[in-house]
Amino acid sequence: MFRRPIERTRDGDFRLALSGEERELLRGLPAQLRSLLEADPADPALRRLFPPAYEEDPEDEAEYRRLMGEELLDGRRAALETLETTAGRDRLSEEDVHAWIGALNDLRLVLGTRLDVTEDVYEGEPDPRDPLAPELAVYGYLTWLQDSLVSAVADAFPSP
Amino acid sequence: MAAPAEVEVERPAGRARVEEEKPWIVIVWNDPINLMSYVTFVLQKLFGYSREKATRLMLQVHHEGKAVVSSGTREKAEHDVSRLHAHGLWATMRQD
Repeated sequence: MFRRPIERTRDGDFRLALSGEERELLRGLPAQLRSLLEADPADPALRRLFPPAYEEDPEDEAEYRRLMGEELLDGRRAALETLETTAGRDRLSEEDVHAWIGALNDLRLVLGTRLDVTEDVYEGEPDPRDPLAPELAVYGYLTWLQDSLVSAVADAFPSP
Repeated sequence: MAAPAEVEVERPAGRARVEEEKPWIVIVWNDPINLMSYVTFVLQKLFGYSREKATRLMLQVHHEGKAVVSSGTREKAEHDVSRLHAHGLWATMRQD
């Protein structure tokens, strides 16, 4: 895949070039993750979304959860909503692109945890006979798209 | 003269305070899902690091399994960890 799905325009926003099929996928995935977050926050597939801050002290960790848990969850919901509602657009603001990058990362964290991916997953093509091939293909697609979005916005950071 | 004697009296208290204020460090751990480009991007975005510094830290995470990405008071470390968590990075904190 050598095409570029996103490019910064002279106006400072971003032009998005995705097929209808891709947009459909991106519009549908946030609802799936949202229902997982609502139905079972303890689902093991979600553990990578909420890692512990304090590994050694359960009391400090419980306090951190109490203080930050809801805020972290709200941030994730907001990014998923942005992806869902802007998936059909041809232009995105810089803020939208940052939300997309975050939402794509969360989707990859959950899908990747379910698929138990290793660093080898990025090498070569998935085996079509693998029963997990469709999910691996989605994972591969989200990875490619996220990487493209990161490249598109990272050029705005100051260079040394 | 009074000054040296006061210094003597104050020293133990000063030492105890230094002990309490030992800096906290924020560690990012390697994982197979977060992309190398994304980890570099997050470190630049959150901490304002140059691309060179962010890349160096990302490579340390990738090759050595972890890297200290920031440090400071407990409040600052907790703030940094929560921002890293908001971005999906596997970050923890402890007193150095």
